[in-house]
Amino acid sequence: MAGSVLSIKDLHVEIEGKEILKGVNLEVKGGEIHAIMGPNGTGKSTLSSSIMGHPKYEVTSGSVSLDGENVLDMAVDERARAGLFLAMQYPSEISGVTNADFLRSALNSRLGEGNEISLMKFIRKMDKQMEFLEMDLDMAQRYLNEGFSGGEKKRNEILQLMMLEPKIAILDEIDSGLDIDALKVVSKGINEMRGEDFGCLIITHYQRLLDYITPDHVHVMMQGRIVKSGGPELAQRLEAEGYDWIKKELGIEDETVGQEA
Amino acid sequence: MTTETKWPFDQEYITSFSKEMSEPAWLTELRVQSLEKAEDLPMPKPDKTKINKWNFTQFEKLLVKSDVFSSIDELPEEVKALVDQEAKENSLYVQRNNKPAYLQLSKEMQEQGVVFTDIFTAAREYSDLLKKYFMTAVKTDENRLTALHAAFVNGGAFLYVPKNVQIKNPIQAIFLHDDAEANLFNHVLVVAEDNSSLTYVENYISTTGAANGLVNIVTEAIAGANAKIQYGAVDTLAAGLTTYVNRRGHAGRDARIEWALGLMNDGNTISENVTNLVGDGSYGDTKMVMVGRGEQTQNFTTSIIHFGKNSEGYILKHGVVKDSATSIFNGIGKIEHGASKSNAEQESRVLMLSEKARGDANPILLIDEDDVTAGHAASVGRVDPLQLYYLMSRGIPKTEAERLVIHGFLAPVVNELPIEGVKKQLVEVIERKVK
Ligand SMILES: Nc1ncnc2c1ncn2[C@@H]1O[C@H](COP(=O)(O)OP(=O)(O)O)[C@@H](O)[C@H]1O
Ligand SMILES: [Mg+2]
Repeated sequence: MAGSVLSIKDLHVEIEGKEILKGVNLEVKGGEIHAIMGPNGTGKSTLSSSIMGHPKYEVTSGSVSLDGENVLDMAVDERARAGLFLAMQYPSEISGVTNADFLRSALNSRLGEGNEISLMKFIRKMDKQMEFLEMDLDMAQRYLNEGFSGGEKKRNEILQLMMLEPKIAILDEIDSGLDIDALKVVSKGINEMRGEDFGCLIITHYQRLLDYITPDHVHVMMQGRIVKSGGPELAQRLEAEGYDWIKKELGIEDETVGQEA
Repeated sequence: MTTETKWPFDQEYITSFSKEMSEPAWLTELRVQSLEKAEDLPMPKPDKTKINKWNFTQFEKLLVKSDVFSSIDELPEEVKALVDQEAKENSLYVQRNNKPAYLQLSKEMQEQGVVFTDIFTAAREYSDLLKKYFMTAVKTDENRLTALHAAFVNGGAFLYVPKNVQIKNPIQAIFLHDDAEANLFNHVLVVAEDNSSLTYVENYISTTGAANGLVNIVTEAIAGANAKIQYGAVDTLAAGLTTYVNRRGHAGRDARIEWALGLMNDGNTISENVTNLVGDGSYGDTKMVMVGRGEQTQNFTTSIIHFGKNSEGYILKHGVVKDSATSIFNGIGKIEHGASKSNAEQESRVLMLSEKARGDANPILLIDEDDVTAGHAASVGRVDPLQLYYLMSRGIPKTEAERLVIHGFLAPVVNELPIEGVKKQLVEVIERKVK
C-alpha cells in the first residue's frame, strides 16, 4: 500500500490578527523527506503549528488534508490519531506526569479502546527505543520534559516519534541546540523511521542535519511563503552561499514575515 | 454555679457521659471546664473566610449507636479498599461514627510497648500518659471550637511510641462516618518519644451522603527530641458535614514532623495545620492537596512556626477548584526572635477549572529574627492551554489530557502517602472530584 499524502494548498494563517502565512503550497507523501529551510522569522514554525492545530494560530483560507480528509476540521488529538506528528521547537514541560505514563496514554489513545498495549509490551518497546536513542532509561520515570536539557527534550521528541509511528511527521528545528553526537543520534532515529509508510517534513535553518538525513526535496521559506524548491543540491548551495542570492534573485529585501514582497 | 448554656448538652450531661465512659476525674473536669469557657471564647477567625453563618455548635446527637466489626472481612468495601491487604500484620484501628469498631495491633508494636487504641480506652487504661499530652499542643481555650472539642470529645485514637522505638510499618486509623445523624468530635493524639519514629495514616470517610452534621477534629502530633513522625491523612467527608479540623504538630530538638494531607471533604471546611518547631534543629514539612467543587467553601491555613534555632519549615500546597467552589489558601511561615539560622519556605499553587470557581493563595512570612532565610511562591491559574495542546498533539483526547495535567499537578503530595491503598483511594477521589 502506498504511503499517506499530506496536502497543503494556498494556506493563509493569522496570529493575533496579523497574517503570517501568505499562501503556502506543499505536498508531502509517504516515503518522502522534505526539508524546509529559511532564516528566522519567516513562518516555518507557524506552518508546522497550524498543521497540528495550535490554539493561537488561525487559518483564514486554504486547506490542509491528509489522505483526502480535511485536517483543519479536526481537533488537535484527532489530527494526531489520523497520523500526524509534530516534534515541537519548544516542547511543554508537564509536572507530575511521567514520560512513561504520558507515552502509554498517547499510544493507547491511538490504538483505541479494547486494543490497548499491555504494560509489559509497552515497557519493552519503550526500553528498546530509548536504548536505540542512547537515552538514560531513568528518563522514562522522570516528569515529562521537566528539567530536561535542550538536547534531552529533542531526543525525547524523537522517542515519541518512534513510539507513536505516525504517517507524516513534522520536525520543527529538531537539530537546534544539539551537539554533534546528539545530532547523530537524532538523525539515526529519523532514518530508522524512513520507509514507504512514513513521510517527513524537516524544518531547519542549518544544512548540518541534512548531512545525516538526505532529503528528497528542499524548500526555502521567506515572508510566509515557499519561495524556492529543489533537490538536495539546493540545501548545499544554501550552506555554501547563504540566502542572499535567493533574496537577490527574487527581489526580496527583508525575508521576515510582515514585509511586503 | 450552673448557668443556662447555649450548647446542646450541659455540664450535667457531660459529667454523666464522662462517668458512663469510666473516664478519669481529670478528664471529666477538663470537659466541664472547657464547656464553661466556651461561652466567652471567640470563634476561630480563618483569614478571608467568613464563618459566622456556619453551624459549628448546634447538633442533636453526641453519640449514635453503631455496631462493631468482628474481623477485617466484615469491613465495608470502601473501608477494605483502604487497608493494605498484603500487609495483614499492620496495625489498624477502625472507628464507626463514635464507636471503636475494630482494632488490630501488630506483634512488633506490642512487643515494643507501643500503645495504639481508641481514645476512651486510652482514658481508662493510660490515664496518666493521656493526661500528660491531651490538649497540650492545642489548648482548650484557644477558641470556642477547641473548647467545645475538649468538652464533647466523642471519638478518636491514641498512639504512643516509647523512647528509642522505631516502627517501620505504617499505622492506620480509619474513621468511618456511615450514620447521617452522627457528629464527630474526634481527637487524635500521636506521641513519639525521644529517638523514636512512626508513620501514621488516617482516613476520614463518609459512606452516607445524607448527612447533616458537624465535625470538630483536633489532632496533636508530638515529637520528642530526635523523633520522627510521618503523618498522612485523607479526608473525604460528605457534603452535609461542616468541618473544623485542626491538626497541630510540636517538634522537639532535632525532631521531624512530616505531613501529607489530602483534604477532599465535600462540605464546608476550615482546616488549620500548624507545626511548632520548638526545638533547635527541628524540621517540619507540610504537603497538602485539596479539591473544591460544587458550592463548598474551604479555608486551608497552614503554618510553620519556628522557635528553635536552625529549624527548617517547608510548606507545599496544591489545590484544584471547580464549579462555584471557593478555596482560600493561607500559608504562614513565622520565625520567632531567637530562631536564628532558620529557613522557612512555602509554595502554594491553585488551579482553577471553571469561571465561577474562586481560589486565593496568600503566602505570609512573619520574621522576627535577622539571621534567617525564607522564601515563598504562590500562584492562581488555569490549566495551561499549551500543555493541553502538547498532550493532544500526541493523540490524547482533551478530557484525558486535562486529567493528566491535574493529576500531575497534585502528584507531589499524592506520591508522599505511605500506604498504597490510601494513595490509590486519593487518586480515585481526585478523579471523581475533578471529573
Ligand atoms: N505569538 C506570536 N505573536 C505575534 N506574532 C508572532 C507570534 N509568533 C510568531 N509571530 C510572528 O510570526 C513570524 C514568523 O514566526 P515563526 O513562524 O515562528 O518563524 P520561524 O519559525 O520561521 O522562525 C515572526 O517573525 C513573528 O513576527
Ligand atoms: Mg521556528
